Amino acid sequence: MSSVKDWAAPTPISENRGGLIGKGVDRYEGRLKVTGSAPFAYEVEAPSPPAYGVLIASPIAKGTVTLADISEARVAPGVLLVWTPHNVPAQGERGAKINPRSQRGSNPALAERIEHFGQHVGFVVADTLENAKAAAALVRFDYAAEPADLIFEDNLDAADQPEGEEDVRVGDFEAAFAGAPVRLDETYVSPLQNHAQMEPCATTAWWDGDNVTVHTSIQMVKGGQHTLAETLMIPSTQVRLVTRYIGGGFGGKGQAYDDLTLAALAARELGQPVKVAYTRQQMFQATIHRPAVHMRVRLGAQADGRLDAFALEAVTHCRRETPFTEHAANFARSLYAAPNRLTGHRLVKLDIPAAGPMRAPGEASGMLSLECAMDELAEQLGLDPIELRLRNEPETDPETGKPFSTRQLVRCMTEGAQRFGWDRRHPKPGQVRDGRWLVGLGMAAAIRGNFLLPAKAGVRIDADGTITLRQGMTDIGTGTYTILAQITAETLGVPLAQVKVELGDSDFPPAPGSGGQFGAATAGSAAFAAGMNLRTALAELATGDPNSPLYGDDPELVTFGGGHIAVDNRAEPLDRLVARAAPDGIYVEGSITPAADARDYSQHTYGAHFAEVGVDPDTGEVRLRRMFGVFAAGRILNAKTAMSQITGGMIWGVGTALHEYNAVDPRYGSFIAQDLAGYHVPAHADIADLSAMFLDEVDDKANPMGIKGVGELGIAGAGAAIANAVYNACGARIRQYPLTPEKVLAALP
Amino acid sequence: MKTSFTLNGQAASLDLDPRTTLLDALRERLDLKGSKKGCDHGQCGACTVLVNGRRINACLSLAVTHEGDEITTIEGLAQDETLHPVQAAFLAQDAFQCGYCTPGQICSTIGMLKEAADGWASLATEDLTADIVLTDEEIRERMSGNLCRCSAYPQILAAIRTAGGLA
Repeated sequence: MSSVKDWAAPTPISENRGGLIGKGVDRYEGRLKVTGSAPFAYEVEAPSPPAYGVLIASPIAKGTVTLADISEARVAPGVLLVWTPHNVPAQGERGAKINPRSQRGSNPALAERIEHFGQHVGFVVADTLENAKAAAALVRFDYAAEPADLIFEDNLDAADQPEGEEDVRVGDFEAAFAGAPVRLDETYVSPLQNHAQMEPCATTAWWDGDNVTVHTSIQMVKGGQHTLAETLMIPSTQVRLVTRYIGGGFGGKGQAYDDLTLAALAARELGQPVKVAYTRQQMFQATIHRPAVHMRVRLGAQADGRLDAFALEAVTHCRRETPFTEHAANFARSLYAAPNRLTGHRLVKLDIPAAGPMRAPGEASGMLSLECAMDELAEQLGLDPIELRLRNEPETDPETGKPFSTRQLVRCMTEGAQRFGWDRRHPKPGQVRDGRWLVGLGMAAAIRGNFLLPAKAGVRIDADGTITLRQGMTDIGTGTYTILAQITAETLGVPLAQVKVELGDSDFPPAPGSGGQFGAATAGSAAFAAGMNLRTALAELATGDPNSPLYGDDPELVTFGGGHIAVDNRAEPLDRLVARAAPDGIYVEGSITPAADARDYSQHTYGAHFAEVGVDPDTGEVRLRRMFGVFAAGRILNAKTAMSQITGGMIWGVGTALHEYNAVDPRYGSFIAQDLAGYHVPAHADIADLSAMFLDEVDDKANPMGIKGVGELGIAGAGAAIANAVYNACGARIRQYPLTPEKVLAALP
Repeated sequence: MKTSFTLNGQAASLDLDPRTTLLDALRERLDLKGSKKGCDHGQCGACTVLVNGRRINACLSLAVTHEGDEITTIEGLAQDETLHPVQAAFLAQDAFQCGYCTPGQICSTIGMLKEAADGWASLATEDLTADIVLTDEEIRERMSGNLCRCSAYPQILAAIRTAGGLA
């Protein structure tokens, strides 16, 4: 296993002779997307015309299906198949572990036992979508309903320590907090949120003998493949899962849902391709969501602002049968210095749809608490909020004492303050007016962990010089296609146009997929390794070929650039070499594994958010006026796509602070908001002048390219900056997100 | 029901189930899958197409009501290899990430620019008697029927300013 020391050496990426690394090139698949010709899962051309599947949802939260009458539906026009719990084909039990890597997130599809509102109980396939929908309305169900635990706030007393998780303590928090001259003890609540990806989950499936091909919208290729194989009780080698384009994931498409299972089962039953898509309502009720979190923050400080005692305790919820902890306290373990520390989580189990990861799980909720608490403490101390943070900047990781790989939080704050005009902030709330608006400024820090997972990639060069990278990786809008093309082209010294990237296929070398901000580093490092292996193969080919000008040269001295392979002034184009010496092309693979000593460093991405809001004191409406962020996230591979990721994350923070939440209906266990009118994600008019910048950084402890992820950092802390700006504008301190008008009005001083 | 309309400049005629929305007719009968289904309820704008030059949500419109209409979809905008200026601006400004809302955003932009040129006011219009000036606030207001969960709004704004000659 490698060591991080190996990663500090110069590479084609750090040398960047072609200038492709960091360049804001257009998206690789951009032309397909702006012309509407990128086929998403429901749009893929099947070998023969597909039939249409429609799902039917349970109207109860807990109980059993006692009757399913399909007699009318079965004979309705165009109907090919009607399934209920009583006639759905057998499926492998969850956890049957035919495949040890299964990531199955749900029970067998159409189970008789109901565990949440919206669980699917029926499935109709017909020749057209219209016929399938009409027939679905004809299936009649009876249920034996049972009492269900539905409301988080009513069940806080039932919170338990998550299995296998301990609180983390350093020093003696209670004693230090009791003895601190300045104390803060407040509870903040982040809301239940839905991913609301623009593309609903969808699958098109067909069989060829014993082998099934599925095109589906999923972030994790291998996980989906193994899960489906487990469900169908066949080996993974008989399942080909393809996911070329994904209309948004954000963590919500990390697992397989019923569209995948039922499309595959029905296509087998009918001997015909079948496609199935969730409705928008089913996206809310039958996938995962970000759970609400109650966060108690206690800060004990000296009069000069230095923290003696710090605690963040988070209580969250999950579906009874699917344990999941929103780790809202984890980020704080590495953020501010304090000798006495306590962090931990508690979990309430409910009979509602499953909680799961959503963009920056942990940070996105957790930073809404501490980053407001720091603002409140700064006011108590009479300190500027940035000054308070500077006084608590740790030298080493405050919990473990490990060195930071890189940490530019201070520069993010100071640079951002200068560029944003932080000195214009009035320290006293409610002092600045612009017409009817009370105007305020707020800031917050951002931190998000950086990760590297094992991955492989394959790369081939053909006789015409075309270089093709293949990887079982996904691009969920993050820019994966584009950065992999840049890495591959730069590594091999060829123009971008000479490189093709093919992703999202279980036949390709495996990568973990998109999630946890690890995609670029993980997939990219494997692509880089594959590219380096191809360099070696080409160098050996040229120096061993009597017809090459490089014949007899030391392969170690070979260089690549401008589409040529060279030693000193002797060179030839790659296509000429390959066409002559390896006319069938060359294919090699490369892989990355985390370095043995990677965890000896505290490794994160950092940032600082600055926001200006207007508050209408008569209506309680909050409007974003301006927002700016400064971020440090390792070497940036593509200035354009990285910026889009970061500003997109910041806008998620705006939504978190001002708009987005869902609630459970205590009568039925359904979500109150189940469409995009009821669940308001930020719309264009909600976003004003919003921009960001990256600091120069290379993290040579992160991976061979010194890069880090940027997909989740932008949301971390962003909502707290808005909440702090609202307080600065009008003096309303609201600790229950989102800051909707009725809460603002009630909290106005 | 037999229905005929002009689709991306070509005559199209088909026998339709009257329950079929324009969106499903395009996607499932006419093999034009560029228009997207995000909500099927007129809430997200991913299905936006141009009918007689005006933008509509294709999911809220039954296909049989379009007898004789001129319909333009995302597939009808580029001239062979040359992108429509709005498409080119979206690509250059990185005005999308996953790309699912993008065909709707682009069709909506074209419809919006024409509405403004025709003097249609919006909630953000201060002087209803003057010519429309497409300020950033006007563009944001007029484009708010097209949601982008990747939240490419700053980049979409930049693309519209470029394409509309407003940059």
